[in-house]
Amino acid sequence: MEKILFYCFAAILLFAATMVITVRNPVRAALFLVLAFFTSAAIWLMLEAEFLAITLVLVYVGAVLVLFLFVVMMLDIDTSILKEGFTRYLPLGLLVATLIVLELVAVLGAANFGLEQVPMPEAAEGSNTKVLGRLLYTVYVYPFEIASVILTAAIVAAITLTLRPSKRKTQDPAKQVLVRSTDRLRLVKMASEKPKDGRPRQ
Amino acid sequence: MLDMVTQHLLPNIGKILLIVALLMLAVAYLTLAERKVIGYIQMRIGPNRVGPRGLFQPIADGLKLLMKEVIVPTRSNLYLFVLAPVLAIGPALAAWAVMPFDASLVLADINAGLLYVLAITSMSVYGIVIAGWASNSRYAFLGAMRSAAQVVSYEIAMGFALVGVLIAAGSLNLSDIVLAQQGSILHWYWLPLLPLLVVYFVAGVAETNRAPFDMAEGESEIVAGFHVEYSGMAFALFFLAEYADMILLSMLAATLFMGGWLSPFEGIPLLESLFAWVPGLVWVLLKTSLFLFVFLWIRATFPRYRYDQIMRLGWKIFIPVALVWIIIIAIMQVFDIGPWFTEVVEVIHP
Repeated sequence: MEKILFYCFAAILLFAATMVITVRNPVRAALFLVLAFFTSAAIWLMLEAEFLAITLVLVYVGAVLVLFLFVVMMLDIDTSILKEGFTRYLPLGLLVATLIVLELVAVLGAANFGLEQVPMPEAAEGSNTKVLGRLLYTVYVYPFEIASVILTAAIVAAITLTLRPSKRKTQDPAKQVLVRSTDRLRLVKMASEKPKDGRPRQ
Repeated sequence: MLDMVTQHLLPNIGKILLIVALLMLAVAYLTLAERKVIGYIQMRIGPNRVGPRGLFQPIADGLKLLMKEVIVPTRSNLYLFVLAPVLAIGPALAAWAVMPFDASLVLADINAGLLYVLAITSMSVYGIVIAGWASNSRYAFLGAMRSAAQVVSYEIAMGFALVGVLIAAGSLNLSDIVLAQQGSILHWYWLPLLPLLVVYFVAGVAETNRAPFDMAEGESEIVAGFHVEYSGMAFALFFLAEYADMILLSMLAATLFMGGWLSPFEGIPLLESLFAWVPGLVWVLLKTSLFLFVFLWIRATFPRYRYDQIMRLGWKIFIPVALVWIIIIAIMQVFDIGPWFTEVVEVIHP
């Protein structure tokens, strides 16, 4: 039963991943990427890694891809220009792709990990959030903290690169809140004017 | 195989159908309640023609929407145009799987219940974004863009508010969170986590695109925003999703901050025994109704926000407030400040 489910999800995942790179419309490609992430989350759930699976959906599907979609929808990408020169670069591209695949197989091949020697790790008993949190903050606390510092530095760098003092006229809410009615409106007291003989003045 | 079908599959499908049917009924009558409540707030009577005191109004509305023609705009993206309402209603229903209605009345009592709800509700934005894009209309597209930016911003504040709850309760399981609040009405998390409750609820109003945060619709600015091209049942599905999300958020607020199915008279000598016969389901529904009423009250009271004010509120006020309160909660938890955090914190040895 579990095997059937795994092959179903794996087939959907492969199909979605292929569609991401072949479909012409960039918005549809982004939506197929959503499907791919969702299916990989389902496969992780089957491995009883519920924390990782749900976090994948929460972070990638719920936030990153929404922003991705946001940008892709705003751009009007003409795919015909992107496809130009496809055949001209095909031989070179194929050569590079074959090289990368060979290198990856050499480095990441099943033999290098010694899958036969190490038994399959048991899924955590009970809550795997707790187990993961405990490991992250004790055994792996330095790598974890260093990774977060690097990410923070990246965020600060990205903001400083894009944030320029704007020349546009913008609203400053702090100043808006401080405005009192006397700053905008002046009430002038003046004596009512009434002509002496009771007729309106010419 | 057959054994599994009869033992697990069929009862669970029955439960799912029961929850969905009751939820749809609740959604239908929430629309009536909304019109009545806002009516009385504005010194009107509200709908009172269909059935006694207008009680059959939602059924008449539903029938009307069912019989209307579904119009697909030319040059729209047909598949995505049809898929969008489905993607809107799907997450709104799926999130109900982990909601505890009573001590043992829950469809799926999973460990990471709170995370699951957060992940599933974060997907509801796709319905709106895709609807806006697939309609091939400028107004709809503007609504979708506004909604995407707004929902992603407020999700962060909401996530932080929920982190506070999870630090206080020490669990992601919704039933365990309710049990951690046992004691009396003062033990519920609304008191120690009051700023987080406010952040959570207002962020919830923004997440469901309800007034005064309904920038995605904004009738006075962009006609009706993302669903301007939808009609008939496709249009109704967006509304079903919005109201189901409202009920979900209210029930989640009741569960996380108001003690879920626990009786409010717990710990009070005479009243506790007097109200002991009331089932927990009644209490949780009453608390949910309280939050739902606040939803309607807010809509009837406040004018729509300006877009930059929404972003300012989310990023510059709610996120800092939630972060500071998380630190305070963590300190209270570590130093056992009572009456809420008196249980011994597990000391971790590497």
